[in-house]
Amino acid sequence: MRIINRKPSRVTSVALTALPFAATIGAYALASHYRRLENPADKLLPSLQQMGETFWRMAFVPDRRSGDLLLWLDTYDSLWRLGMGMGVATILALSLGVLIGFIPHARSALAPYIATFSLIPPITILPILFIMFGLGETSKVMLIVIGTAPVMIRSVSQEVMNIPRELIIKAETLGASVMQMIFRVVLPQTLPRLVNAMRLGLVPAWIFLISAEAIASTSGLGYRIFLVRRYLAMDVILPYVVWITLLAFIIDRLLLLLSKRAFPWHHLGGESL
Amino acid sequence: MSATPKISVRNVAKTYGHMTVLERVNLEVEEGAFCTIVGASGCGKSTFLRMLLSQETPSSGRIELDGAPLPGEPTPDRGIVFQKYSVFSHLTVEDNLILAREFERSRLLGRSFGKGRKAARAEINDTLEKIGLGAARLKYPAQLSGGMQQRLAIAQALLKRPKVLLLDEPFGALDPGIRADMHELLLGLWEELAMTVFMVTHDIREAFKLGTRILVFDKIRHDPQAPDAYGATITYDLPLNRKDAGPPPELAGLAVNADTSTGASA
Repeated sequence: MRIINRKPSRVTSVALTALPFAATIGAYALASHYRRLENPADKLLPSLQQMGETFWRMAFVPDRRSGDLLLWLDTYDSLWRLGMGMGVATILALSLGVLIGFIPHARSALAPYIATFSLIPPITILPILFIMFGLGETSKVMLIVIGTAPVMIRSVSQEVMNIPRELIIKAETLGASVMQMIFRVVLPQTLPRLVNAMRLGLVPAWIFLISAEAIASTSGLGYRIFLVRRYLAMDVILPYVVWITLLAFIIDRLLLLLSKRAFPWHHLGGESL
Repeated sequence: MSATPKISVRNVAKTYGHMTVLERVNLEVEEGAFCTIVGASGCGKSTFLRMLLSQETPSSGRIELDGAPLPGEPTPDRGIVFQKYSVFSHLTVEDNLILAREFERSRLLGRSFGKGRKAARAEINDTLEKIGLGAARLKYPAQLSGGMQQRLAIAQALLKRPKVLLLDEPFGALDPGIRADMHELLLGLWEELAMTVFMVTHDIREAFKLGTRILVFDKIRHDPQAPDAYGATITYDLPLNRKDAGPPPELAGLAVNADTSTGASA
């Protein structure tokens, strides 16, 4: 049988999923082992055990200077900024996206403006934000908003425009007003795709979060990584990178789960990533 | 029957840029007629239907409904069934059918809750049974067969008791057997509700079986140097007697053409 028609069994599927992860960890362990054979104090590729111990210390042993559990403090601060940034970006995307996608006058007024705005590299705005809002939380949240909102707005407005015109006309013949169409047709048809836009927006959101924290912050996952970089503390950096990846993965899966729970009609046809 | 025709079309033309799709279309349709519209692919019959719906406006000429100019946008006095995307994919069968009622009762959000919604859902029990979707009331359209979806679409289009029902190849994607059932349903509703119906179809037998009047769209003027210069118009406008269903001799050739056409939407 051709390979495109052969489906892996459940066990094979799990094994295939685990394979590249296991191979990466194995390759790392091997490289680390040989480096430490030559120099037991090697800092670049610490052993898995050493990283585990450091991670444990970051998570469960209070910091000697501040008395905080650093991992949880960093995670909380970073997720708070990410959540605020994504929340504001999502509200902007939904409101402006529906306006642009649904109302031709709003489209003429806003679409070219947003398209222009989205071309500004967000990181170049960071100094302006620091000058305007100071080095506090506002400028970091704003950077995430500026970095993700324009793309999300464009994505949502495109999705609104992609709603089959037949549905809008049908709603008109059923006597719907513009508001009623927005609440009963446009928003329900767009929300599952908004979740998709959020999942895609999370990628740049994490980049801008870590960047902002690296440049000016006193807490957060990005701050910690760039702080310990000075001491070549790979045993902190690598677990933090894995931790950030895990958080991003969990958020992505939660959004997918939310979409499947809240919009079952959207997932009736075919599988999706 | 009133003196003013239900729909009157006066010298209507539709052009897109340099392309003329329809020209010199004149028509008067009395109330209660069942007009079937046939013609080759791309001859503008769907465009004509969209103009009756106010989805598009004529480039010149005018269309009147009950003697008054047609509104500039789709309104509840004209119901529509499309071939695809006719029902709301995000609503269950019963919620598709109570939507019009919800629009009436909740002016801002168009959504009813609790008791109001329960009552609205109870109101549509008869309709559900009539279209044979009683058992499927909690399903989403994507879980229904094509025939069930179109039955739902027809029922939904009739919720506002439109005076004119427009059908754009509504059964184009259905199996022949299911089509016959749909014809029965549609004719029953047409007689019961005394509507004026316009139905675009590719199936000439269907056109003769259902219509009280058949309109054939075709191009009569051709310019070999500029194929887009002239548009189609109504070339045949025949009253039909349902008893002797079947194309008359002069349209027999057309029937063959229409049967072999691709079925693509014009």
